[in-house]
Amino acid sequence: MPLEGKGLSYRYAQDGPWLLRRREITVRRGEVVGLQGPSGCGKTTLGRILAGYLQPHEGTVTLAGKAVRAARGYHPIQMVFQHPEQAVNPKWTMRSTIQEGWQADQPTMHRLGINEAWLDRVPAELSGGELQRCCIARALGPETAYLIADEMTAMLDAVTQAQIWHAMLELAQERSLGLLVISHDENLLKRICSRIEPM
Amino acid sequence: MSLLQVENLSISFARYAGWLRREIIMPVRQLDLALQAGEITALVGASGSGKSLLAHAILGILPANASLGGSILYKGEKLTAARQAKLRGKDIMLVPQSVTYLDPLMRSGAQVCLAARGGDPRKLQRAAFRRYRLDNEVEQMYPHQLSGGMARRIMAASAFVSGACMIIADEPTPGMQAEDAAETMKWFRELADQGHAVLLITHDLEAAVAGADRIAVMNAGMTVEWLPASHFSDKGERLQHPYSRALWNSLPANGFYVPQSDWRAVSSREGPGCPFASCCELAAAICREEQPGMREGERGWVRCHAS
Repeated sequence: MPLEGKGLSYRYAQDGPWLLRRREITVRRGEVVGLQGPSGCGKTTLGRILAGYLQPHEGTVTLAGKAVRAARGYHPIQMVFQHPEQAVNPKWTMRSTIQEGWQADQPTMHRLGINEAWLDRVPAELSGGELQRCCIARALGPETAYLIADEMTAMLDAVTQAQIWHAMLELAQERSLGLLVISHDENLLKRICSRIEPM
Repeated sequence: MSLLQVENLSISFARYAGWLRREIIMPVRQLDLALQAGEITALVGASGSGKSLLAHAILGILPANASLGGSILYKGEKLTAARQAKLRGKDIMLVPQSVTYLDPLMRSGAQVCLAARGGDPRKLQRAAFRRYRLDNEVEQMYPHQLSGGMARRIMAASAFVSGACMIIADEPTPGMQAEDAAETMKWFRELADQGHAVLLITHDLEAAVAGADRIAVMNAGMTVEWLPASHFSDKGERLQHPYSRALWNSLPANGFYVPQSDWRAVSSREGPGCPFASCCELAAAICREEQPGMREGERGWVRCHAS
């Protein structure tokens, strides 16, 4: 059941220039696809459209040929952002944050290297890498079919980046998730993606 | 003589846990570093390893509950609060990470003029604008009208006209595409060539290796190794500290290896021994008993018993 964007067009201002024009993109399950392009060319916007955060002005997003249902319940296409501290409620403990969408299980958390002690803390008490692991766990519910990683490890040091991606790729393979990886880091894309789509 | 010499610097914060229990946290414990005029030194380390605190300590802009140990010497003399107040913005200049550090109510030409020293500010500013390929109209623009790239040029132009001896750049390149990052690094190289000492604070080891002369690697609040950037090559055979090797070999271009040891699982307790003794594969008996000091080897400085 592929994730398909067909003829997607989008612009931010009513009669401004088109950021995306009749853009096509397909990601299949079990596939790791890179999305590469200069700043401001619409990579994040395309990711947000696929994940249902934005409605395209033209075109459709379909999952297994059907339109993805409107925002109700758990969305099968999840997104992880560059700045985890802006993607969590600063007043919630990590336990509440991770369990917002599903009851994250021990094995998944262990694989991502999440320490039990973090769960009782609030975001300000964790480092960026620790927080990002929690954001990934939150996005990996059993109903997740596709994950869009928008500069997911750009703020992290190389060791943490390698740890997170190895765990992520293993989990994706086991569950045959489709991954769309948005990144400036060409070496990273070459290393983990089966194909790279130019923007 | 080094322009700036940091010896055994520690930075700790007092905070209240609950109502009455006062606790001390020490994000920087042992930081040693020296900057030379005409060189770019990169301070590289994990997020949360205390890199940015060094910049704040040098400029004297740490919050009030911070206390410092060790010493920072600038041109051979101790940096006191009074000296810092005199030097910052003139002798020592910070190139901040984002456009939010610009004054939102000031036209960009005026901001650059404000930083100019040693000549007619307007002339210096015009010259800097030409140098950084900024059109004359940009002078009249406010920060919100600038693109990200223009804002970065304005901040580089401010450093350029300041005549400062030392420039500190805090995470100048993350999230930039390769060409922009390379251009930014080129500016710092030009500043170094003019005789400035540049301290580049970054988590991006690849950018540091490509652009800097020397690299100091930091983990858990300590500089673990400090050596010429050219030693970061091949499989890291010329690196001496096991953490530096792990960091180098975990880059996507260099093998993407996940290290056996979890370098973040360091003991936070104050006690004898190397803080990495519990997780380092090279750890021997002495590592648990005695804390290693920074010592000079043939390829640079390293803080490790095993290497």
